[in-house]
Order: sequence, then C-alpha cells, then structure tokens
Amino acid sequence: MSEPLLKVEGLAKRFGGIVASDDLSLDVAAGELHAVIGPNGAGKTTLIAQLSGQLRPDSGRVSFAGADITALPMHARSRLGLARSFQITSLFLDLSVLDNVALAVQAQAGHSFRFWRDARREPELRQPAQAILARLGLEKRAHALASMLSHGEHRQLELAMALAARPRMLLLDEPMAGLGPEESAAMLKLLQGLKRELAILLVEHDMEAVFALADRITVMVYGHAIASGAPADIRVNEDVRQAYLGEAEAAHG
Amino acid sequence: MMSHLTPRNATVAALLVILVLIPAYTSLTGNVFMLLLFTRIVILAMAAVSLNLILGYGGMMSFGHAAYLGIGGYAVGILAFEGIHSGFVQWPVALLVSALFALVIGALSLRTRGVYFIMITLAFAQMAYYVVAGLARYGGDDGLTIQKRSQFIAPLNLTDKTQFYYVCLTLLFAALYLVWRLVNSRFGLVIQGARSNDTRMRAIGFPTYRYKLVGFVIAGTLCGLAGALIANHTDFVSPAMMYWTRSGDLIIMVVLGGMGSVFGPVFGAVALLVLEEALSGITEYWQIILGPLLLLVVLFARGGIDGLLRLADPKLKVGA
Amino acid sequence: MTLFIEQCLNGLQFGLLLFLLAAGLTLVFGIMDLVNLAHGSLYMVGAYFAATFAAWTGSFVLGALMALVATLIVGMAVEMIVMRRLYGRDHLDHVLGTFGLILFFDETVRLIWGPEGMSLPLPSWLNTSVTLLPGFDYSAYKFAIIVVTLAVAVFLYVLVMKTRVGMLIRAGASNREMVAALGVNIKLLYTLVFGLGAALAGLAGLMQAPILTVQIGMGENIIILAFVITVIGGIGSIRGAFIAALFVGFIDTLGRSYLPDFMRLLLSPDAAATAAPALSSMLIYLLMAVVLVAKPEGLFSQGGK
Repeated sequence: MSEPLLKVEGLAKRFGGIVASDDLSLDVAAGELHAVIGPNGAGKTTLIAQLSGQLRPDSGRVSFAGADITALPMHARSRLGLARSFQITSLFLDLSVLDNVALAVQAQAGHSFRFWRDARREPELRQPAQAILARLGLEKRAHALASMLSHGEHRQLELAMALAARPRMLLLDEPMAGLGPEESAAMLKLLQGLKRELAILLVEHDMEAVFALADRITVMVYGHAIASGAPADIRVNEDVRQAYLGEAEAAHG
Repeated sequence: MMSHLTPRNATVAALLVILVLIPAYTSLTGNVFMLLLFTRIVILAMAAVSLNLILGYGGMMSFGHAAYLGIGGYAVGILAFEGIHSGFVQWPVALLVSALFALVIGALSLRTRGVYFIMITLAFAQMAYYVVAGLARYGGDDGLTIQKRSQFIAPLNLTDKTQFYYVCLTLLFAALYLVWRLVNSRFGLVIQGARSNDTRMRAIGFPTYRYKLVGFVIAGTLCGLAGALIANHTDFVSPAMMYWTRSGDLIIMVVLGGMGSVFGPVFGAVALLVLEEALSGITEYWQIILGPLLLLVVLFARGGIDGLLRLADPKLKVGA
Repeated sequence: MTLFIEQCLNGLQFGLLLFLLAAGLTLVFGIMDLVNLAHGSLYMVGAYFAATFAAWTGSFVLGALMALVATLIVGMAVEMIVMRRLYGRDHLDHVLGTFGLILFFDETVRLIWGPEGMSLPLPSWLNTSVTLLPGFDYSAYKFAIIVVTLAVAVFLYVLVMKTRVGMLIRAGASNREMVAALGVNIKLLYTLVFGLGAALAGLAGLMQAPILTVQIGMGENIIILAFVITVIGGIGSIRGAFIAALFVGFIDTLGRSYLPDFMRLLLSPDAAATAAPALSSMLIYLLMAVVLVAKPEGLFSQGGK
C-alpha cells in the first residue's frame, strides 16, 4: 500500500480547559472518500481547521503528499492541492456567484499583481468558473449576487469554490448541513460523482450519506478517534454503537 | 457599463461637464471665488478617491489618510523653503515620501484588524502630525508659507488660476481612470475579496496581506499627489492638515458620496464643500446639521449619494 | 530629587485622569462592542457644565456635582437616541456615526457657550499646597484629584467584582449573547453602563478643568490617548485600562520633563530642541504601535471581541 495522501499523526489541540483534539491520528489515501463522524463537540470542525491551516495544533503532525504542512499558512495549502469547504457558509456575499468561483480560479492562476486588464473579461478565469458552475447546476445563477442564493445553493457554491482550485484533496465540512431531502439527494449525487477524481475527507452528520459514500469511516469522540475502518465494520463496532449510534440504532442493526 | 443612460450615469456626466466648464463660468461672470472653490473641491476629490480605494473597495478603515496630504504638501513646502522650486523635483519627492510612509505604516498596521487597525493608523498619523509640528525650521505649529508655486516648463504656469485648475482636473480624471482600471483588475478583485471575506480569500490561496499592502501604498501615494496640489493651491502648509479629524473629513466625503463606486467620492467632495459654502452663508453653526446628517447617512443611506442615485434606476445591475 | 517625585505625582495624576476616561470607553467597547469616538465630547460637556454651574452657584463642589448629574443625563440620552441604533453594526458605522456626534457636540457647545472657551477657577481652600514630605509641597488640588480618582477606581473595582451588576458587566464583556439569553434587561444594562461611562468622562473633564482647559475640541485631543490606553490595556479590561493609563501617564509626563535633557546628551542643542517635543508627543503612539505589533489583541484582552 502506497503512502497515504494525507497523514495526521497525534494531533492535539486545547482551548483552555476544553480538549478539542486528543492524540488524533488518521490517514486518507488518494482517491479515497474518508468520512469522519462523531457527536457534536467531538472536535470535527477543529480537525478541519487544523488541516486547512486556520488553526495551529498544539502538537502533532500533518503531512500532505509526503510534505510536512503542520505549520504551513492557510493560503499556501490551497496551492498544494488541499482545498476546503466551510460548515457555516463563507462566501463573498457582495459579489456575484460567477465572481466568487472566478476568484477561486484566479487564486491558482499565478500571481494577481495585475493592475490593468479587466479580470472579469479574462477567459482563462471566467471559463473554468463557468464550467464548474455548470457541473454543479448553478450556471443559471451565475450573475446573481451570492447573498441572493437559497441555502441549498449556498452549499453548492461552497463546493464549487473548493473545486475551483482543482485540488487533489477536499476537506468537506458538513456539505449537507441544513439541506432538505431533495437538495440532500442532489448533493449526494454530486459527491458520488467526485469520488474517484480526488481524495475527500468528509465530516457529516447525515448517516445515510456517510454510509453510501464512504470507503472508510473514522469515529471521533472528545477529540479522539475511537474507531476507524470500513463502513460495515464500523456499523457493528461495539464502542461506536455505545458512544454514538445509540441503543435504538443497535436494535435496528 | 454605460449601455443605457441611468439617472446616476447622467448625473455623473453632467457633473463632469460642469467641472470642465467652471473656468468658462468664471471668466464670464468674473466670479473668481467659484474657480478657487472648485479647485479645492477637485483636489480633495482626488484625495477622497484615493481613500476609497482602500476604504470602500479594500475595507481598510484608515483614519490616518490626511497624513499623506500633509506629507505631499510638506514635501513641496520644505523643498520650496530650501530653494528648490522645480515641480519636476518636488512632485516626485512628494510621491516617493508618501509611498515610503504608506509602506512602513501599512506594513505594521495591516497586521491588525478592525478597530485596532483604525487606532493604529490614527496613531501613526498623529505621530506624523507631531513630528511636523516640531519642525521649528519649517514653521512648526504655525505652518509654512510657500513663496513660489511648483515650477514647470513654460507655458505651464501654476500661478495662473485657470491653468492650475485644469492641471488639477486632469490629474483627477487620470486618478479616476487609474483607480477604475485598478479595481476591476485581478489585483482589485483580490482586495475586494479580502474586504468581503478575508478568511475565505486565504483559504482559497491568496496571501491577502501583501495585496492589501500594495493597495495601501497606492492610495497613500495618490493622496500625496493631492497634498502637493493643495500646497500649491493654498500657498501654505501646516500640521493641522494632518490632524486626525481631517482624516475624518475625508472619510465623510467618501461615505457621503458613496463607497461602492470609483466616482462616488467625487459626489461626496462636491456635496460637502458646496454644502459648506452654501450653509455657512446662512448660519455659522451649519456644522450642527452635518453631524446628524452623517449619522443619518450611516444609518439609512449607507450607499451615499451614489447609492441613492442608483436606486432611482428601474433596471438595477450587479457588480461594478 | 523632589522635582522627580513631583513629576512622578504629576504622571500619576495624569494617568488616573486618563483612566477615568479610558474606563468608560473600554466598558462600552467591551460590553456593547461599541466604538465611541464621541466619548471625548462627554468629557468636554462635563467641563463646560462644571464651569457654568460653579459660576451660577458660586460653589465649586456643588457645581461639580451638578455637572456630574447633567453629564450622566446627557450620556443616557445619547445612548437612547443614538447608540441603540448602532449596536450590532459594523465598527465602521460606529466610527462614522460617533464622528458625526463629535461635530454635533462641538457646534452645539459653540452655539450655547460661544467659541472662546471658559475657565473654572479653584476655590481658595483647594488653591493651596499640601506638605507630603518634609520640604516637599504638592498642589492640594492635584493631590485631591489623585485621591478622588483612586477612590473612584476602588469603587469601580468593588462594583465590577463584588456586585451583581458588576457580574453582569463582566459576563457581558466576554459573552454578550449569553447575558441577553439569561433574560437580563439588556437595554437597561446598556443604558446604565453607557451612563456610567459618561459620568466618568464628565468627572475627568470637570476635574482637569481648573488646571488644564475648558474649550471646544478638547475632547478630540484626549480621546486618542484614551483609545490608545484602551488598546494597550485590552478591550473590555478595566484592570488593563488602569495599568495602561498609569503607564501612559508616567511615560508622557516624565518623557516631556526629561526627554529634552536626555536628548541634549545625544544630540546638538538645536537638534535636541527640535526633536524633543516631537518625540515626547509621539512617545505614547510609539508605545501603542509597539504593543499592537507585538500583541495585536492588547496586553490584557478579555477575548470577547
């Protein structure tokens, strides 16, 4: 088995008295969809924050494609091919949908110390952006202000922004948060389509989606990984059942 | 952008025409005061346009922008005092010193955010104020008279009020065009993105600090040019030009005029200074209205004059 | 040596005065997340009220007390009419809106009291000196300022640390939403906190009136120092404001006294004469810049915001 694309070793992070990450280790192989689940407060978003560079771990190591990125600043990780989406929608609300994605494309298109040419008329920025919007079904909304979108469209745009960087790996933080049944099904289909193209670390609460998508699942409780393995194994794992899935689920199997 | 003539664009066009024709009006009516007033308006409009680059588009609330007016002004004043009257030396020096100052202040200030940023830019401007006020050789608190305006090559003579007005107006148009190209370029989109959501910008791969710093330097340099102009206009410079409340005046112009467009601050400068003239004729306490007016604009008409004009357009569009 | 002690006491007195101003500012900032540039206007109003009431009643103390009450009322009125509409908005809106208030207050004061400024003479019983050490006399009034402000500092400490209201204040400083969620009458709390800040500012204004100034625009000069202290001490921290204020008071006073001599050691007399006053004035801002660059959240930041 070759070296995993993302390797997390012994990650630890405290906020005062709260332990958000406790000797946390996991890895994600290229092309794998690895889901991370756990009760609220398990430290999943803190994990993503540390992987994306928004937070610095107190100790531990994060490696991506063989390189140690533990201390790498946030803006540099995107350039390496590690992109993230946000649990709470974080877009450029006062810009158009197309502008939003085009900015994400622009970030990977060399430096931006260009002061003269109208960036909104640069095909090398606009065309890839249009293509991504089309892929996600947002092409009709291209010229709407991002603030005008519905919640479901916001979650789609979140994904579009992450994809615009043509990453090797996506960190997805609850992409289905707040979506209704129809929208969830659409998002599920999207994610299934992405599966083999790139590696995905998926934090999600929607269990149906998790078990439908994941190649492997890691279960976190109080910042620590209590179990990690194939979905079928996780489903029957006693520790997981007790900690998370609950007795009612256990009865249904 | 000018695909159909909106009320807002019509107003812009009308204002531009008026600005061009002011000297004609003056020679027809003999009202030199109008020419002087509008020279001042044009110069301060330029300063406000430069501020809007970082304030409106960049989201950087600098409360020390008036310092650059002073720096540019004193560059001209000090050189003139020391016998160097050539504009070809004075103005580049004004630009260079402003740029350096902006680089240092920006590099330090941009490490902070929000109200801390406001305070630190204010502090630096106050430092500049105190340094200049302490320069006894150059007048200190009392200021410095400029005996001769910046000299260029004949027939360009800045002492000629009409010529000087057109120099200022041309520079304002050039500044407007420059800023317009800037905000729509890749660079401009980055600083707009950084204003909108700095964290997301960094997450998608932009090292926003350096872009904001460059924007900060450009804005400061442009304002330094306005400073050189105002020194010539008033034939006088004083530390009071840099006091923190003067930065507040510039911010008022930008907000009143409208932060969302390149031209907005011009509306602000015109409105504010014309209002000042008109109202001070009526009562010397007119500023009592200005305070609450600013408050009302902040609370209810955040888009300023520009925003209100755009609302008058039945076909609203997205983007710049 | 006595000169040094005197300057230290002056620094203490100035620092304590600044603390009064900064305390109100940092409270309002910490609890209501409101940037109030017009805080200096309340300082000015306190001075003007004191000068006026003292002249009317013929009594310094009575005038001062009336001025305190009047400033409190003005403060609460401003909170109810203006500040309430600014809560929750962008800091930029606060800065702009309160800047507008400054203009309004300056012009209103000019309208009512005229452009000349006023004076507040000291009553004879305060216009003497006290002997603090054998051979060392200090201005009785300045000493009184020190005593009064220390008393107010103690009062604030007791209020914030030992009372229920104080607990709400401390809670509000670190978590606004929680306090509101607990069902506390937030509106009233805010009005009272703002009023308290106004009263402190007014007290500072009226106390410095006899020895410094009563004029339009006095607020603009001092508010920057108050903000510098708030920033150095950390937003929302009264303790931080106290320490930072004393620090600033000492540095500013001692700097102005001793820097010229110090500079003469290093530079030529001419250069020193030029550089010293500028450097003295700049010292505080340099200090703040250094603090912010080293620790962008201030030295004692509460973390709330």
